[in-house]
Amino acid sequence: MPSGTQPVFSYPEALRDVTTHYCPGCTHGVIHRMVAEVLDELGVRQRTVGVSPVGCAVLSYNYFAADMQEASHGRAPAVATGIKRARPDLVVFTYQGDGDLASIGMSEIMHCANRGEKITVVFVNNAIYGMTGGQMAPTTMPGQITTTSPLGRDVSLVGEPIRMAEILSTLHTPGFVARGAVHRPLESVKTKDLLRRAFTYQVEGRCFSLVEILSTCPTNWGLPPHEACEWVEKTMVPYYPLGVFKTPDGGDRAPRPL
Amino acid sequence: MAKKLMKGCEAIGEAAIRAGCKLFFGYPITPQNEIPEYLSHRLPQVGGTFVQAESEVGASNMIYGAAGAGERVFTSSSSPGISLMQEAVSYLAGAELPVVIVNIMRAGPGLGGILPSQADYFQATKGGGHGDFNTLVLAPWSVQEAADLVADAFDLADYYRNPVYVLGDGLIGQMMEPVEFREDRKPLKDLAAKTWASTGWKGDRPRAVINSLYLDADTLEQHNRDLQAKYATIRRDEVRWQGYGLDGDYDVLIVAYGTVARVCLTAMEELREQGIKAAILRPISLYPFPYDAVRQASARARAVLVVELSAGQMIQDVQLAVAETRPIHFHGRTGGNLVSPDEAAAKVREVLDGRSQEVRNA
Repeated sequence: MPSGTQPVFSYPEALRDVTTHYCPGCTHGVIHRMVAEVLDELGVRQRTVGVSPVGCAVLSYNYFAADMQEASHGRAPAVATGIKRARPDLVVFTYQGDGDLASIGMSEIMHCANRGEKITVVFVNNAIYGMTGGQMAPTTMPGQITTTSPLGRDVSLVGEPIRMAEILSTLHTPGFVARGAVHRPLESVKTKDLLRRAFTYQVEGRCFSLVEILSTCPTNWGLPPHEACEWVEKTMVPYYPLGVFKTPDGGDRAPRPL
Repeated sequence: MAKKLMKGCEAIGEAAIRAGCKLFFGYPITPQNEIPEYLSHRLPQVGGTFVQAESEVGASNMIYGAAGAGERVFTSSSSPGISLMQEAVSYLAGAELPVVIVNIMRAGPGLGGILPSQADYFQATKGGGHGDFNTLVLAPWSVQEAADLVADAFDLADYYRNPVYVLGDGLIGQMMEPVEFREDRKPLKDLAAKTWASTGWKGDRPRAVINSLYLDADTLEQHNRDLQAKYATIRRDEVRWQGYGLDGDYDVLIVAYGTVARVCLTAMEELREQGIKAAILRPISLYPFPYDAVRQASARARAVLVVELSAGQMIQDVQLAVAETRPIHFHGRTGGNLVSPDEAAAKVREVLDGRSQEVRNA
């Protein structure tokens, strides 16, 4: 680099320079990058341990340039609890999808949050089971067609989609709970700020933190990537409002009634 | 250190602390509640951490995380709770994580009862969870031995990077006996530093990835070969058993483990006073099972009697060892009932006078 110049943009140190297995147009890559940038900016990469889920991000242990653990389905918050209690000096995060966290892992996330484990949860909500081929998730939208709701999600039979950020923000234990999205550049900028706040609360030893991120699944939604982004805006954001639901000092916005 | 009168569960908890374990994650279930209760006040005294998990599913995954971070960790439970942990045990074995799991067995199946049992033998020794894996299984017959085996279990877990069960029946957990914690205990093995643990990657070693996922068939097959080679070493080097009366003549070889073996020892002594010669082989390691020792000891007997607090589980390993060279008889109690010395002695007499039917196809 010529003298007198400074890099203004580079590959994150916390992200390995490898090809990922994610589908074209999937927003997992954007979220991975934002998590990595935050780890770099906070200078904690070398003392970070990430926990990968079962689901689309199952191979994320290959993508972060940090020590990683691969959890069984839904148990990442329990695994992270074990790591953090064993080594409170480490920065511990889980990276989970909606089937992993909101269905099979509901017990683990609720109690991890309620114990106030000082970990950070990156919760990627794309309203579907991606890895297994597009089945209905607890977060699947009413009427949404999936391989196990071929006529569209019938809320009279399976209930309404679960709003995890709202549920978690009802806990009395202090925590940071927010929801962002990545379907527009501006939302990505805001979401990265949420991630930075979430990790900062952990680094400061203050509280449990979780950022739910609305994500796309063009492959299983059957939409081109740009239409998938529009679908997030039109269908998901009205039901899954964006913002900060809870901070250790009180929430910025009132959660919707559950 | 002087001997101290302790309940089995408390001795197990204290033994873990003295083995350098500062982390416990567990969930209440009878009859092992005294382990978490004891540790909930003792661990903070020694700078350790006690966490009451939301479930056995949670607890077993917390020990996965803590072991993956390189720390000694253990959990305890009883039969239904151990069933819930089987998913994690498979992952722990697959990811080669050293943990100690204490199972104070109660009677099943299902919710069963809270009284003593040995009906989790299959679950502990034959895998329990999915996939090809094995766990070391150590079965104490006294409170002192429970404490000693817990200490050994941590060394074996670390050495082999494998889950180790300490399998006690309800009596082991609940009875009080004198126990001594030796200050001069040396580790069983030379234990290497845990450079594989996920403790933050600074670039001075390969990145640590704690994982049991191998999507490539050949890679996963090689992983399985490596695991099987490890289990073969364990089967070669870690067999433990004790014999009672094996030096002299005997007509009936009794094979029993845990507190049942103690009951059988009383029966054996009573029978000897009456001129009836029985001997006992007590497996201490249930995995690896002492096949050779049982085979050799059975060759000198007219018949073999297996006694268990189950409908007959270890008997299958005895059958493998004896290989139809001797008739095998069985006496078992279930439901939480115990075997009395009189019962065991009566069964030996029945074996000898032909009133007992040998067991085939157990």
